[in-house]
Amino acid sequence: MSDTPIRLTLEQLQCERDDRVLFRDVSLTARAGEIWQITGANGAGKTTLLRILVGLHGFYEGQRDWWDDNWRSELLYLGHQPGVREELTPLENLKFTCALGAQSGDPMAALAAVGLRGFEDVPAAHLSAGQKRRVALARLWLERKGVWVLDEPYTAIDQDGVAQLDEQIQKAADAGSLVLYTSHHQVGDGVKRLHLAKGRAEVLA
Amino acid sequence: MTAFRAALSRELLVLWRSPAEIINPLFFFVMVISLFPLAISPKPELLALIAPGVLWVAALLAVMLSLDGLFRRDQESGVLEQLLTSPVMTVVPVTAKLLAHWLLTGLPLVLVSPVLAHMLQLPDRVLGVVMLSLLLGTPALTVIGAIGSALTVGLNRGGILLAVLVLPLYIPVLIFGAGVIRTAVEGGPVPGVLAILGALLALTASLGPLAVAAGLKISSGN
Repeated sequence: MSDTPIRLTLEQLQCERDDRVLFRDVSLTARAGEIWQITGANGAGKTTLLRILVGLHGFYEGQRDWWDDNWRSELLYLGHQPGVREELTPLENLKFTCALGAQSGDPMAALAAVGLRGFEDVPAAHLSAGQKRRVALARLWLERKGVWVLDEPYTAIDQDGVAQLDEQIQKAADAGSLVLYTSHHQVGDGVKRLHLAKGRAEVLA
Repeated sequence: MTAFRAALSRELLVLWRSPAEIINPLFFFVMVISLFPLAISPKPELLALIAPGVLWVAALLAVMLSLDGLFRRDQESGVLEQLLTSPVMTVVPVTAKLLAHWLLTGLPLVLVSPVLAHMLQLPDRVLGVVMLSLLLGTPALTVIGAIGSALTVGLNRGGILLAVLVLPLYIPVLIFGAGVIRTAVEGGPVPGVLAILGALLALTASLGPLAVAAGLKISSGN
C-alpha cells in the first residue's frame, strides 16, 4: 500500500499540558487507504493528539501537515462527545451535522444502517448512551470522506455494532480513505498502530 | 447558505423545545420593572423620570442573563467541536445562532416594552421610541454578550466573569438607549440619537460574529 498518496505527516510533534510533557517525538506518515489505531493508557494524550490533528488544539510543537490546504472539506471528525443535542431528534441532529460538514447522503438510510430505524423522531434525550453514539456514527454511512478521525468510536457500542463498525471502517479504507481512531479495540490485521506511553510515541506497524 | 439555513432552523428548534430559555429573560424583564413602582413610589412624575433608565437596565440584565449558557450545552454535547472542525466558516453558524437567540429572547422584550412603559407612566407618544430603541439596542446587547459567552465557555462558572467582561461594553448602548427615550419624553429631536444606536448595531452585528467565532476558537485551545 506504500504507493498510495500521503495524507498526513507528523514530524517531531510534541505537546505539553500543565508543565508536563504529554508526548514527544510523534512522527508518522499516513497514507490514503490506511487504518491507524492510536493506543495508550488513560491520560496518555490520545484525545489531545486527535484534537491537534483536526485543528482544535493549537498548543504544540513540531509539524502537522495535511496533504492539501482544503483538508477540512474531506474531514469527518467524531469527538469524544457524540455531538448530539438532547432537544433534537436523531434525524434533526444528523441533518444539522451533515449540513455543517458539507456531507451529502440519505440520513434516513444512514440511521437505519446503524440500527436506529423507528427512532428517527424520538427526542435524543430518550436514547441510551450507545444509541446517541450511533447517531453520531451514522455519518460514516453517508457520503464517504477522505479522512476519518474518530475518538473512541466504540464507546458504549454493543457487540453487533462493533462488528458492523469494523466492517464499515475497513470498507472506507479499502475505498481509499485514511482512518485514524483511538480505541483499545483493533479493527483488523492490516491496522497500523501508534502507541503513546510515558511521553514516548512508538509506531508499531 | 445551506449551512446558515440549517443552523438557523436548528437553533430555533432547540430554543423552542427548551421554553425556560425563552421565558426566563422575559419574566425577569417584566418582574424587575413591575417591582420598581412598588419599591420607589407610584407617583407618575417620579416614575416617568426614572422609566427610561429602569427599562433599559432591566433589558440589559435580561439579555445578559440569557447569554450565560449560550454555548455551554453545545460544548458539553460536542456540537461545538463539530462547528469548529467544519469546512463551513465558524462565523456562519455563529451568526445563525445569534439571530435565532435574539428572535426568541430579545424580540419578546421589545414586544412587551410598550405595556411596561405605559405602566411606568411614560406618555403614549413615546411608546414608539421605546420600542424602536430596544429594537436597535437589544441585538447589539446580544452580540456583545455572546463574545463574552464564547470566551468563558470553557470555564465552569463563567457567570460573574461574563458580567465583568461584558458590562463595560454595554455602557454605550445603555447610555444612548436610555438617552433616546429621555430625549423623546422631553420633546427633543430623536432621530440623531436613534442613528447612533443604529450605528452601534451596525458595528456589533457586522464585526461581533467574527469576534464570537474567534472567542470560541480560543476557548477550544487555539
